[in-house]
Amino acid sequence: MNSMMIIGQYVPGNSLVHRLDPRMKITIIFLFVIVVFFANNLASYSILTAFAIITTFITRIPLRFILKGLTPIWFLIVFTFVLHLIVTKEGTVLVEILGFKIYSGALIQGLAISLRFFLLILITSLLTLTTTPIEITDAIEDMLHGLKKIKFPVHELALMMSISLRFIPTLLQETDKISKAQASRGVDFRTGPIKERIKAIVPLLVPLFVSAFKRAEELAMAMEARGYQGGEGRTKLRQLKIKSSDLIVLLFFLAIVVGLFLTRSY
Amino acid sequence: MDITFKDVNYIYQANSPFAHKALEKLSFHIPSGTFVAVVGHTGSGKSTLIQHLNGLLTPTSGEVQIGDYYITSEKKPENLKELRSKVGVVFQYPEHQLFDETVEKDISFGPRNFGVAEDEINARIKEIIPAVGLDEKLLERSPFDLSGGQMRRVAIAGVLAIKPEILVLDEPTAGLDPRGQREIMDMFYALHKEQNLTTFLVTHSMEDAVRYADHVIIMNKGTKYMEGTPEEVFTQKEALNQVQLDVPEIIQFLNAFESRFGISLAFKRQSVRDLATQIKEAFEGVKSDE
Amino acid sequence: MREKFIEFRNVSFRYGEEQPWVLENVSFEIYKDEWVAIIGHNGSGKSTIAKLMNGLLYPQQGEIIINGIQVTAETVWDVRKQVGMVFQNPDNQFVGTTVQDDVAFGMENRGVPREEMVRRIEEVLKAVRMEDYLLTEPHRLSGGQKQRIAIASVLAIKPQVLILDEATAMLDPRGRKEIMQTVSEIQERNEISLITITHDLQEVVQAERVIVMNKGHVWDEATPREVFAKKDELREIGLDVPFVAILADELKRNNMRLSNEPLNHEELLEELWTLHSKM
Repeated sequence: MNSMMIIGQYVPGNSLVHRLDPRMKITIIFLFVIVVFFANNLASYSILTAFAIITTFITRIPLRFILKGLTPIWFLIVFTFVLHLIVTKEGTVLVEILGFKIYSGALIQGLAISLRFFLLILITSLLTLTTTPIEITDAIEDMLHGLKKIKFPVHELALMMSISLRFIPTLLQETDKISKAQASRGVDFRTGPIKERIKAIVPLLVPLFVSAFKRAEELAMAMEARGYQGGEGRTKLRQLKIKSSDLIVLLFFLAIVVGLFLTRSY
Repeated sequence: MDITFKDVNYIYQANSPFAHKALEKLSFHIPSGTFVAVVGHTGSGKSTLIQHLNGLLTPTSGEVQIGDYYITSEKKPENLKELRSKVGVVFQYPEHQLFDETVEKDISFGPRNFGVAEDEINARIKEIIPAVGLDEKLLERSPFDLSGGQMRRVAIAGVLAIKPEILVLDEPTAGLDPRGQREIMDMFYALHKEQNLTTFLVTHSMEDAVRYADHVIIMNKGTKYMEGTPEEVFTQKEALNQVQLDVPEIIQFLNAFESRFGISLAFKRQSVRDLATQIKEAFEGVKSDE
Repeated sequence: MREKFIEFRNVSFRYGEEQPWVLENVSFEIYKDEWVAIIGHNGSGKSTIAKLMNGLLYPQQGEIIINGIQVTAETVWDVRKQVGMVFQNPDNQFVGTTVQDDVAFGMENRGVPREEMVRRIEEVLKAVRMEDYLLTEPHRLSGGQKQRIAIASVLAIKPQVLILDEATAMLDPRGRKEIMQTVSEIQERNEISLITITHDLQEVVQAERVIVMNKGHVWDEATPREVFAKKDELREIGLDVPFVAILADELKRNNMRLSNEPLNHEELLEELWTLHSKM
């Protein structure tokens, strides 16, 4: 089995956020991403930060887990902050370190931009933390429904995504198995010069591709035997329904947006 | 090479919420030259066990000793590659590991990695090809053009070409038809005898365990449940049934025979032919007593 | 006279012009509600027969009639409504991300209304004893469980015949037992004809009739008892003979006359009992 942790991997739960319609979640996040760029003073930033933090607590996912998932992003956030400190030259000089003058404006702008960045990442990772990949797929299929008119293969795309999701664990297992078999035949994947290690990948990749193609062929045959002939005339077991709680959450969010526009400075 | 496990524990994904014990306090000693059958359900720890035999996995605690090589949680042997050149592993569905352009190149892949000289490799291939029941004409073909049974044989040849001293077989006949199964198992058994190998056979087939093994280890939930000669292990019907394993069919029959006729025929790994003679003699014996 | 359900008339098939014939002039009939086993060594053509039965392949010569309809590119979707198939590899036929999605897949394809789907999912999962796994993901299921879901998925579309194409070949003994039990329970309810394709003679015992394939030809068509009597010939075409049949043979060699060909331990012991009391 693979012990690798995937960033933003779904954490099962039954919170209000978990139960929200995935389309609603995607819509709110989309709006949030736009609205974040309109925040420009302490009050408006506070409103957005409060919203993000409250939402995080509602999910009941351990904070530790969320922050750990953001580990690779911390570097970027700190980098952005430092970059602003150095480059921006507005306001009064606060301190001078090693010949670098740090301006007050730089500090404020650095903090603002880093916070904006952090909020964006936090809110989007909440989507994947509280929504199964298949729900996201369903939501995307539904939201792109209109594109069917211009012959965009919405159903096929969604099916492709859901089958990929279904086969990820299978292929990980397979990779583990084949790499062990080749290691037993004397392949060393871990040490040696880069050129040798790249060469060592071939005996792993070829069998993986061969097996993936074989699986695809058999799966296609099984799907055909089970009556699959494309999206036409299909019914669906999984159905998305907007509930009243979804609408309440949306109204609440819109209220926040209005609050933001009232408090931001013009 | 002797094989010794001392209190081996193995935990998958240790220190994570998904941690689970795959091996628990596993100890056994196998003298060189033994044919061992490891039997147990899927998930009983059989596969984890055999992956310790060539250092694919290292124990979470405890010690594995293969000949002069020691594997513990602290240290993998520095000469891991050398160990792997002495332990050949035939995984389940080994044909999935084929990758090279020709059958010949694929078979020589293992020995080449272990630094075997080219003419030695060629000599080995000459010997192995007929042993695994393949035709030399196939050597230049792509392994992917062959039938399933032929691919299996090529993959096995690729492991045998390493000339291992220990041969590990993880259900090597799964998916083959009865004739293919018999041919492959007989081939491994002949090789085991001829080259005085130590063989580990992971199998679900009690019949194969009875037919080939000198020693049987029954695994259950990561622990060693039973160990001994086939006669010792397979006559304990109750204990085996408790972990939902069946006894070999011949023993099932002997038990049913005893309860029907009150005549107890001992299980001595006899052939069906000998069994028939025994039944006849038993019947005549009972009659002449009267 | 029983009603014919599947009919092969002089069917020949090969994968390409240059390729050898996989099936040559094969003819047989399968009746309604019958349990037929098709056996043969790997490469004997037995799996090709299964794929021809629901139009995954088409023959170059001869015709295949399913319930009065000839299988052609035009009729294939009607045929597939009546012929359900379970394949060998448990992983490569599991389409859904969870058990319920997979069972639903075939019904979704046929436009079954949602309420009906939910009802049938519950029903068929009970039939294969998997009702507690509704939301389980496939990688958390054993091979035997996946195959039971595959059977449930077929039952959900209510076909007239269920074909198991080496469905137990990749399973461990426990999984094999699960499937054989599920299958005999389905057979008992008598709603569907069964065709099991295998090279395991143990699985043949329960069938009513056996079609033995060898090198693309029908080698024999008989009851399991009659087939088992031909031990030496079976071995010659690469098939195994069950323990009971071998022992019966060895007993005969020892001049112990058994009047019937036994199929299982009980029958063999019964024969021995009769013999014993006559001795």
